[in-house]
Formats: sequence, structure tokens, C-alpha cells
Amino acid sequence: MSDKIKSAGQFIQALPHALALGMELEELEAGTAQISMPYSDKIVGDPKTGVVHGGAVSALMDTCCGAAVMSHPSNPAGTATIDLRIEYLRAATPGQRITTRATCYHVTRSVAFVRATAVDEDETVPVAMATGTFTAGTGG
Amino acid sequence: MIRRPEPMQIVKQRRDGVLRALVDGVPYIQFLGITFERRGDELTCILPFKEDLVGNPMLPALHGGATAAFLEVTAIITLSWGMIWEDMESGALDAATITPDTLPRLPKTIDFTVDYLRSGLPRDAYARARITRAGRRYASVSVEGWQDNRNRLYAQATGHFVMPKRQG
Repeated sequence: MSDKIKSAGQFIQALPHALALGMELEELEAGTAQISMPYSDKIVGDPKTGVVHGGAVSALMDTCCGAAVMSHPSNPAGTATIDLRIEYLRAATPGQRITTRATCYHVTRSVAFVRATAVDEDETVPVAMATGTFTAGTGG
Repeated sequence: MIRRPEPMQIVKQRRDGVLRALVDGVPYIQFLGITFERRGDELTCILPFKEDLVGNPMLPALHGGATAAFLEVTAIITLSWGMIWEDMESGALDAATITPDTLPRLPKTIDFTVDYLRSGLPRDAYARARITRAGRRYASVSVEGWQDNRNRLYAQATGHFVMPKRQG
């Protein structure tokens, strides 16, 4: 792991909101990141079913996409979300950990393009998919 | 014979009570610390600043995920509130005995897109949602989020939702 990726990893794990949700960085290499988040009662969005709120999945996706941008070889230290679209394919199963993998597949002088997928313990159908653009270079 | 309007206190009690039941039943809303202000049927959602919501601690700025969640909560609660309103006012929904368990199911998000227009400052944020279309099965909602100035949005979002099946 290069120093740049290492420091990006430390940065991501220190984000207060990521800490509050218990996110764990599992993998970080050139342009890809994997981050997971445990199930917890406090992030439930539908009290009748115990299903996690979409917003918590958004936060996980956003963090993971940002991590993928920061670990991309051509990208400088920081980034910010320009736009993020999330599709919720199905409800995450209550009690299960949610894991997101993001890939930053292209970086221009000012924009990074990212896609991500979130799964729970059943990986056959994703829980959610995301497409995002992030600032890169000094374009922020 | 003209029907006398209900006393104001009774109207407020009913509406505030139902709104509280709707909001208090969602743990994630409590986790983020979101509160709601009501003017008639119009809702303004407030995200009071706290350290837990910070993404980049160097700036510092609100986490994009916290903003996305805040706008999505605003959309879902505004949609649900619009759905409940008529039944609440007609008395079809008994406001006095309502609990999170007896409320209709919440709408489900199909997709949600957030535009981050400005960096979220470390202070309170506000949001209002407009229901662009509310059909029987699907609804489209747009949300505006701002901080210091109502006309300088820091984020906006649009989303699609599946509406719960109506009872009865």
C-alpha cells in the first residue's frame, strides 16, 4: 500500500459521520474502495420491518465513492461530491452488515466518475447501486 | 346552519400529535437529530448541527451522506404527511390513539439523486420538499436544502417513491 493510499485510508476512517455509523474500511487500492457498516437499531428507517433507512446507505455509498476517488492514482488529496444518484433495488435484510464497493473509473482535470454497489450478506442481488461525480484536481 | 370551526387548540393538538407519531417512530430520524416545524400542512425539516455529522474535519463541512439522508428524510416524511393529512382531518385516522404502529406504512425510495451545490457549513440546515406528482403507486418529489440564506441552496434532490397500499 502506497503512502498516499495509506493516508487516504486514515483520513476516511477518521470522518466523524463515518465513525458515528461504525463504517470500516476493508480495502483501498488504486481507484477502488470497499467499506462496510454494521446493522444497528439506531439507523432503522422503517420501524415495522426493522429495515435500515436509505439515508444510512447513502452515507455509506458517498463515503465509499469518495474513498475510491481519493485512492485513484491521478487524483490529489481531497474531493467533494458533485452529484450522487442512488437506486434502491431491495430492502437490506435487518440484522445484516452492508458492504459497498466503489470504483472510480475515470478522472479528468476537474471531475472524477464513480460507480458503487452495496450488498448485504446475500450477494446475489445488490441492495443499492450508485452513480456519482466528484470534484478532482483544484476544480473543487 | 354554519358549522362552527373547531377550536384552534384542538386542531393543533391533533396535527402536532400525528406528526410526532410519524417522526418518533423512525429511529434514524432521532439518530440524525432532525426536527420538524409545521405551518398548517407545510413542513420545514431542520438538521441541527452536531459534530457527528461532519465529513471533512479540516474544512469542516457536513458529510455528503448526512446531507443526502437529511433530504431523503424530508422527502419521505413530507410524502407520508401529505398522505395522512386528509384521513387525519376527516377523522378517518384517530389522532388521539395513534401510535407509530397504527400509522400507514412509509413510502419506499426507488431512487434518490442529490446535487451538492455548496459545501455544507458546520451549522444548522433546513429543507422543504415539494411533491411534484403523487399517484396511487408512484410519487415524484423534489427537495431543497439551505443553511443561512433561503435563496442560496446548499443541496437539492429529486427522488421517486413507491407509495404504500392504502388501507380499506
